[in-house]
Amino acid sequence: MGSRASTLLREEEIEEIKKETGFSHSQITRLYSRFTSLDKGENGTLSREDFQRIPELAINPLGDRIINAFFPEGLDREDQVNFRGFMRTLAHFRPIEDNEKNKDPTASEPLNSRTNKLLFAFRLYDLDRDDKISRDELLQVLRMMVGVNISDEQLGSIADRTIQEADQNGDNSISFNEFIKVLEKVDVEQKMSIRFLH
Amino acid sequence: MGWLLPFDNLLCMALGISFTVWFTSLLVFIIVPAILGVSFGIRKLYMNSLLKIFEWATLRMERGAKEKNQHLYKPYSNGIIAKEMSTLEQEIQELRSSSTTLSSEPEFEMADIMSFCRRGVESIVDDEVTKRFSAEELESWNLLTRSNYNFRHISLRLSVLWGLGLLIRYSFLLPLRITLAATGIGLLVVLTTIVGFLPSGRYKIHMMCYRICVRALTAIITYHNSENKPKNGGICVANHTTPIDVIILANDGCYSMVGQVHGGLIGVVQRAMVKSSPHIWFERSEVKDRHLVAKMLSNHVADKTNHPILIFPEGTCINNTSVMMFKKGSFEIGCTVYPVAIKYDPRFGDAFWNSGKFGMVSYLLRMMSSWAIVCSVWYLPPVNREEGEDAVQFANRVKAAIARQGGLVDLLWDGGLKRGKVKDTFREEQQKLYSKVGGSFSPG
Repeated sequence: MGSRASTLLREEEIEEIKKETGFSHSQITRLYSRFTSLDKGENGTLSREDFQRIPELAINPLGDRIINAFFPEGLDREDQVNFRGFMRTLAHFRPIEDNEKNKDPTASEPLNSRTNKLLFAFRLYDLDRDDKISRDELLQVLRMMVGVNISDEQLGSIADRTIQEADQNGDNSISFNEFIKVLEKVDVEQKMSIRFLH
Repeated sequence: MGWLLPFDNLLCMALGISFTVWFTSLLVFIIVPAILGVSFGIRKLYMNSLLKIFEWATLRMERGAKEKNQHLYKPYSNGIIAKEMSTLEQEIQELRSSSTTLSSEPEFEMADIMSFCRRGVESIVDDEVTKRFSAEELESWNLLTRSNYNFRHISLRLSVLWGLGLLIRYSFLLPLRITLAATGIGLLVVLTTIVGFLPSGRYKIHMMCYRICVRALTAIITYHNSENKPKNGGICVANHTTPIDVIILANDGCYSMVGQVHGGLIGVVQRAMVKSSPHIWFERSEVKDRHLVAKMLSNHVADKTNHPILIFPEGTCINNTSVMMFKKGSFEIGCTVYPVAIKYDPRFGDAFWNSGKFGMVSYLLRMMSSWAIVCSVWYLPPVNREEGEDAVQFANRVKAAIARQGGLVDLLWDGGLKRGKVKDTFREEQQKLYSKVGGSFSPG
């Protein structure tokens, strides 16, 4: 229910979120309205079930991993994410051009920088957060994306080939720096950005 | 306490007189015209003056917001985000063509997950389905608390207006409407029972009672293309927003209803309706039996003296911004289908029944305490199943026509997603698509 929504979000909170994420005032109020409409329990936080209720997300092969990205504390079933956390995660998808307006040299790297976008993608693979994508982790993601349409052996050889191409220090896994190197020609800014309307 | 007595008498007299005046004017201005099918045009006047007041109210709020140098919350009727128009296949192929890997057979790129990821987050921010199950948000304020998001910007004058509106709605309109509704339903039950005792024949008492009910809701309905009105021996399909849809359509024609047998007041009404013309009421257990349902419907349409059947193929209430998947059952029967599009104007009161949030009684009370229910009904030209078209394609064709006429979004998603989970087969389709496009995952 959107009607109570913007009255519960105080101006100070909006300012804080603005500074932290770079979203504009109207974008924040709209996203808050969206947040409350997803929050069926009406307790100010979202659980994994709230996300899974979105049909388009439920049919996305990587749906569960994406939902995971909103819950930084790990795989605890009881996790809840509040609006600040929600916005912080969404901020990764702001287009980089939007940063031109507030070039504050003393501020820390914005959440939607190229590096942070790449880190977001890296974390989709790296489930155990050990800063390495192991062969198993790569296989898991591949399996999620192709379903039952590819055999185990084929998938295994694809994983091996991918690690071979990316791995530079010979530890048979992909570190974040190696990941960045592999994707240096990819237009990450465009692929990992959502055009938020003003 | 003796000094109260003269006042007591006066009080009784005053009450008696006001009640008589009240009921007489009710009878003259509302009930009799309803029975005769005449209208004084009071409702149209009411509607136009309300619109002017709403515009003024919104302007005041905008001015108030500007003075305080704050932002007015505008609902996202134009969308929060602009989604990428490219399909998944196009994106993956783009990645393949721009990759610089040495292998001649592109297989898998680590960047592939980015497309899935972005789509996933886009659907978290704005998806096509979940927003259909809650009331539509309005651009301008209609003096109802339930649809206001800018409390802080209300000036004194606006608050007074709102208070006045509240007073009028709850102390005048609501009791009026409840009286009318009771009269309408009461008449329906009594008259149909009487008719049941008379020798068989069809009497149009239904229409009269529905007209009273329509006035009970202050429903202002515009019927378009009445030449396409459903005829006997056919099925009428319409998009579903609220149980009131039935009253709105039955106000203009005789239909046979289909539905489950209920207990309580609704059950009484159902049994009464059956006495004067045939309706199809199912027991709860029979609903699951698709063949039985189909058979009863076919039998009904085969008899050309029966009224057209009214069916809502979506199976559940949607918020009138879109049309969701039509269940194919009613399209398999093989008779003429008369599509009808119903579009409500949300400015006067939102008609959508959010059954998860409101029970039937609180919903009706909300309806009766809104300003009015304004809607347009379009009768579309009758259609038949074409050669080589199966029931699902036929259903989709009808759905597209209704969506186009009513200005609604045409969705393939199932309205059952309001309560249930989406089937795994859809995810499997996505996976299959990726493995085909993702590269030549050659079998050898």
